[in-house]
Amino acid sequence: MERVVVLQGMEKVEKSENDNICRKKTRIADDIMYILIYLSAGLAVALLIGILGYVFMRGISQVNWSFLTSVTSVLQGTTGIAGNILNTIYVIVLTLLVAAPVGIGSAIYLNEYAKPGKFIKIIQFTTETLAGIPSIIFGLFGMVFFGNTLGFGYSLLTGSLTLAIMVLPLITRNTQEALKTVPDSYRSGALGMGATKWYMIRTILLPSALPGIVTGVILAIGRIVGESAALLFTAGSGFLLPRTAQGYLTKVLESGGTLTIQLYLSMSKGQYDIAFGIAVVLLVIVLAINFLTKVLAGKLDVNKQK
Amino acid sequence: MDIRIENEKENKGNNTFSIIENKRTKALLEEVMEVIFLICAFFAILAVFSITLYMILNGTPSLFKVGLKEILFGTEWAPTAAEPKYGILYVILTSIVGTACAVIIGVPIGVLTAVFIAEVAPKKLAAIVKPAVELLAGIPSVIYGLLGIMLLNPVMYKLEMIIFKGSKTHQFTGGSNLISAIIVLAIMILPTVINISESAIRAVPKEMRSASLALGASKIQTIFKVVLPVAKSGIISAIVLGVGRAIGEAMAITLVSGSSVNIPLPFNSVRFLTTAIVAEMGYAADQHREVLFTIGLILFVFIMIVNTIFAKLLSGKEES
Repeated sequence: MERVVVLQGMEKVEKSENDNICRKKTRIADDIMYILIYLSAGLAVALLIGILGYVFMRGISQVNWSFLTSVTSVLQGTTGIAGNILNTIYVIVLTLLVAAPVGIGSAIYLNEYAKPGKFIKIIQFTTETLAGIPSIIFGLFGMVFFGNTLGFGYSLLTGSLTLAIMVLPLITRNTQEALKTVPDSYRSGALGMGATKWYMIRTILLPSALPGIVTGVILAIGRIVGESAALLFTAGSGFLLPRTAQGYLTKVLESGGTLTIQLYLSMSKGQYDIAFGIAVVLLVIVLAINFLTKVLAGKLDVNKQK
Repeated sequence: MDIRIENEKENKGNNTFSIIENKRTKALLEEVMEVIFLICAFFAILAVFSITLYMILNGTPSLFKVGLKEILFGTEWAPTAAEPKYGILYVILTSIVGTACAVIIGVPIGVLTAVFIAEVAPKKLAAIVKPAVELLAGIPSVIYGLLGIMLLNPVMYKLEMIIFKGSKTHQFTGGSNLISAIIVLAIMILPTVINISESAIRAVPKEMRSASLALGASKIQTIFKVVLPVAKSGIISAIVLGVGRAIGEAMAITLVSGSSVNIPLPFNSVRFLTTAIVAEMGYAADQHREVLFTIGLILFVFIMIVNTIFAKLLSGKEES
């Protein structure tokens, strides 16, 4: 009985003093904005779930062992993407062979040797510019420069060299970031003990910055795997496996379509089942890369705390 | 014995001598390594320089042969006809209109999502949304294209059938139209816009928020009247980068947009600068090929303008 009385009393107080400053004023405009904000964020998540869900639903039945290990052939009646997987691996390895040393070297120069000035600004600007150029332009350039001028034609080499220019800024930037997180005391400590600069970089800086550098390289792999416009007119669209051991060497100078190119070609021919099968494989690679970078980023944080 | 001791002494002498030698080779190594790193750093400059050079070398000849006016302001595209026409006005307009619309749709959603991650969301929710955005950024563009064809185009086709029922002038596209391409582009620029706006919002000092809240402003008022205006330059660079991404995207919209040269109206099948190259470079020859390079050059000029604006914004931010 008592409780009810008290409650009634409180309600009366609140009603009578409607403009009490302790009472929260609700603004309709605020509520609308909250709804919009939640809707936007929800949309981003829904898009991802929708994309993953739809692709896996349509494509997972297509992916089986023979799809991954055989080559599309009318004679044998098989559809498979083994050749494209091999091409993708070739392109990744060749691209990184060129881009990783140059990108890491460039970052070391910018971070450790160069003195602030105009030269640095120019390099920073060109790196930014390079990162902003769309891949189709890289494709055109690669086709003319590596394909025609240097005479590599439509080949995995042409494609890889083109992609090497494309992922260069990514590797440079990530290495620079990683080098910046190495405390200055490491540098002065090593130099103070009489190490030369290159010795210091080789034995102290690079090992400490390794997780960050590897993250950059993995991100570059992600970009290479997902790239299509820059490869269409440089690497071409071959999809066969080499027949002889020597074929694996000469393959570098032959045309070869990566997974994304094959997806695009299947899609334009209306072979949607194959397209979705490849899409599943690509998404699995993307997810794996994302997971790997997360793990490595965690390692980088531990480094920082020490 | 004596001789040996002497030898040892000599050896010692040699050793001290060789330390100096060693130092010299070390000094040489140092210089060599610095030069190697310098050369590495030069590659970026070299690459941008040669790309610019090659785009100009390959893109300008047809401007003189066909005529600047005919290419840039011509509306008829018939490169393989007996009397070829190379007008790309509609293609340029499509790229501009498509990019603008994609940015108008994508930026508000992107900025609001960034606000959600940086300001509004409880930690647990933010920990779901942020990785989701990162994953969206990693999805290859051809997959966006595939989904555009499978999901968007049928819907657009139904809309088209309803809107243009009985129309005799409308060319039916089967759903591959400008709207589909704009939606795909808007989705594809989301991760870029979200990531950059988020870091811009996070860079706003805490005191500004506290001051605003202490004055009695609500959280939403603080966000929209204090935080976002302070983060303005970062958000503008997000928009600029979004424009760059949208205008340069090729593979996702090649099939989704229908790819025939038309005025950029919502339900027309249209061709962008990028898709023009993708669609025809495979078989183009001679003059036709040169004009495609001109299209590439125009795209390159657009991108360079966007890049310069972005660099200006960045350097402006550093100064302030």
